[in-house]
Amino acid sequence: MFSDYSMSELGAIFAMQGFAGLILFSVFVLMALGLAIIFGQMGVINMAHGEFMILGAYVTYLMSNLFSAYMPGLFSAYFFVAMILAFIASGALGLLVEWAMIRHLYKRPLDTLLATWGLSLILQQIYRSVFGAREVGVTIPDWMMGSMPVTDLIEVPINGIFVMVLAVSISIAVYVLMFKSTWGRQVRAINQNRVMAGAVGINTEWTDRLTFGIGCGVAGVAGSAFTMIGSTGPTAGQLYIVDTFLVVVFGGAASLLGTIASAFSISQAQSIMEFFLSGSMAKVLTLLTIVGILMIRPQGLFALKLRK
Amino acid sequence: MTVHNPNFVLMVEGLTVSFDGFKAVNDLSFYVEPNECRVIIGPNGAGKTTVLDLICGRTKATSGSVNFKGQELLSMREDQIVHAGVGRKFQTPSVYEDLTVFENLELSYPKGHGVFGALTFRRDDPVKARIKEIAETIFLDDQLDEKAAYLSHGQKQWLEIGMLLIQDPELLMLDEPVAGMSVAERKKTAELLNRIIQDRSVIVIEHDMGFVEDIATRVTVLHQGKTLSEGSMERVQNDPKVVEVYLGH
Amino acid sequence: METSNRFLSRSEIIGFAVLAAVIFIVLPVALDTFRLNLFGKYLTYAFVAVGLVLCWGAGGILSLGQGVFFGLGGYCMAMFLKLEASTPENTAIQSTPGIPDFMDWNQLTALPAWWQPFNSLAFALLAVVAVPVIFAFIIGVAMFTRRVGGVYFAIITQAFAAILTILIIGQQGYTGGVNGITDLRTLLGWDIRTDEAKEILYYVNGVLLFAVLFAAQYVRKSKLGRLLIAMRDQEDRVRFSGYNVANFKIFVFCLGAAFAGIGGAMFTLQVGFMSPTLVGIVPSIEMVIFCAVGGRLSILGAVYGALVVNWAKTTFSESFPELWLLGLGGLFIAVVMAFPNGLAGVYAEHVAPRIAKLFNKSAGDDMPGAAKTPAE
Repeated sequence: MFSDYSMSELGAIFAMQGFAGLILFSVFVLMALGLAIIFGQMGVINMAHGEFMILGAYVTYLMSNLFSAYMPGLFSAYFFVAMILAFIASGALGLLVEWAMIRHLYKRPLDTLLATWGLSLILQQIYRSVFGAREVGVTIPDWMMGSMPVTDLIEVPINGIFVMVLAVSISIAVYVLMFKSTWGRQVRAINQNRVMAGAVGINTEWTDRLTFGIGCGVAGVAGSAFTMIGSTGPTAGQLYIVDTFLVVVFGGAASLLGTIASAFSISQAQSIMEFFLSGSMAKVLTLLTIVGILMIRPQGLFALKLRK
Repeated sequence: MTVHNPNFVLMVEGLTVSFDGFKAVNDLSFYVEPNECRVIIGPNGAGKTTVLDLICGRTKATSGSVNFKGQELLSMREDQIVHAGVGRKFQTPSVYEDLTVFENLELSYPKGHGVFGALTFRRDDPVKARIKEIAETIFLDDQLDEKAAYLSHGQKQWLEIGMLLIQDPELLMLDEPVAGMSVAERKKTAELLNRIIQDRSVIVIEHDMGFVEDIATRVTVLHQGKTLSEGSMERVQNDPKVVEVYLGH
Repeated sequence: METSNRFLSRSEIIGFAVLAAVIFIVLPVALDTFRLNLFGKYLTYAFVAVGLVLCWGAGGILSLGQGVFFGLGGYCMAMFLKLEASTPENTAIQSTPGIPDFMDWNQLTALPAWWQPFNSLAFALLAVVAVPVIFAFIIGVAMFTRRVGGVYFAIITQAFAAILTILIIGQQGYTGGVNGITDLRTLLGWDIRTDEAKEILYYVNGVLLFAVLFAAQYVRKSKLGRLLIAMRDQEDRVRFSGYNVANFKIFVFCLGAAFAGIGGAMFTLQVGFMSPTLVGIVPSIEMVIFCAVGGRLSILGAVYGALVVNWAKTTFSESFPELWLLGLGGLFIAVVMAFPNGLAGVYAEHVAPRIAKLFNKSAGDDMPGAAKTPAE
């Protein structure tokens, strides 16, 4: 299998596949962060997570059109505005959904799963009615086009680097929020002992809503970032949902670090296998491996052993 | 592995469990004789419930040995431990709320425990008679067709005790059987327990000292996962170490 | 919950009789062959929904991968039919005559070894049940002995649905790929595409469905049925009453898989093809909604759920395709938030008391009869 390539070519292939894996890693991290907050901290399964991402992507698409039509001078900066708006739009929808639906179902996790699946179908249809069934792409600002040569054989695309930078900064932001802010402390307190947290004066109801909203908002930002590397369609969100859940579960639901580590291992494994096998077989093998490991270690990679 | 000593039903030796470095039970040893009623007391977090969890297989021990009539329980599954003759009642009443009192007791009847046994299990006369008998013992013979969800807290506790009785275990473990009961219920429960502990060994966790004095053969005081003191109620009550950490407050 | 332990209570006898009348008399009289065949297709989903009542409603095990078992059963049947349809005479124009057309298109020159046994109808019929059960057994043993349950189990079964779909689509030389296995013609020389054959298959399907319903009823009425409910509510208590909980979960999961496999095979026979669109995440979760709409605790409700939702789907997506997805989404939310016990719950709470009042005696049957039957 390796004999057709010289050593340096092989090195370059691994580097390129590794880099492709890093982009995939960033995508997984962005997708999974919002879910890790919602599932990991609240135990809520949000099957409409993908649709919250797509909302962010559509917001970005609208901004791209708006800026090129009315503010072409500022076009190179539109993406940052779009990202903030994506956070606000998805976050606001998240707050609404939590208020209308999720809060009634906290004690019935399996029912939450079905209800949010219903929500995802409704959102898909709304996107299709508003934006059409076809996939749409955004116009990427000039500075994000092209690629950067690293060596003679290795080139890396700039938009890929951008997505990676974004993944890192959002991870740091979520980490800081989780471990340094009052909200983060309250969320973790509720996660550990809801009754006690309520008794010491934490408004658990509002904290839950905010948590759900922030998780959805992060999903929106992720969707916004995806427009830089691919196009957006009404049902695109559904494609991600299984991967995303597996990333979170594999990492050990309650651990942010675990989520990132699991995103890394899954993405690297998949992209390296993709070079040697067909894409579908690589995917099947990756999923089977994850499921296999989860059967041996159901609590995920990073989980504390707790007193029952 | 400990050698079985016929003078004891249960031999716990060097029992240790650690949760990420925290030793909830630390090198604990104690021995229970046939027909003894052992009461475990101790402050919150002393590891009382964890000890029961370890004996009945709910929590896996880090090291040590639990020998029940010559069988090592630590390597057995929960249902195997039950079949060996160990019954366990939980702290909060665990009954099947969607099923009737009759059905609750029926599920605990020691027959038809495999998949095909359960499929072919028949509700024959011996089964009905036994359920009736147990229901009378636990004061619920008038509520047999009622859903367990409609029972009072105390009645649920009794029902769970009944579910253990129908298994006829040689070692019965009760976790705070009178917690949350009214005075009248408490009295009735003490009476019930006094009757059912006659021909078996019992381990009870309890906080109510009056109740403990009533039923205990011997008392073990746990503190930070270790035995602090052991002996008759009187001896334990006068042990200065115990007075300091527990009774003295 | 009934206190008597008879196999069928009086209200259940009426419920079964009404359903039998609907399936064997009302629908065949009211519908032309085309529509009847369509309802036959809907009823194949009822097999899955009945299995879900046992797994999910009674046992609390939500599988989002029932499409896997439905598909495996369906593919086993389709493989036999495809081999029968691919005689050397029928496939003379291929570069390798005598193998299924899609294999020829994908440059296969011989029938793969694992296809060979499917030349035998007896083997294929056995495989329809055995393959899904073996699959379910492996998944069940791996998951339940490790005490994986709840949402984790749901997500992992969903991953299996994704894996199998990707595998089938990716290996099109062996599986027919995204188109599935199509162009099925005869069963031991009997043409399954004629109107007469379709009507006979509809009745066969109905009889099998009743066999499955009786099996499910037997399980529900046995001690195992009560154990499932007990496990759902107090798993630890069951364990400490001396039961090996994992075995019971594995059993009911395998039983659900067997039901689904039979349904899949009947789908293949009645509709004439099997494809990955019936295996994946989306169809699998839709099968859950059939069960939820009917009432997750009622096996008869599950049948009505499958009929009503699919009938609505066909009607709406014919005339207002954009409304259907909104409707289905709304259905998921409504059934969870407002009617957790589905049609059976609505019937028991609102319809049954009125009927009882009307006849001034004890409550009637336990499921909607004519009132909830989709009228044509």
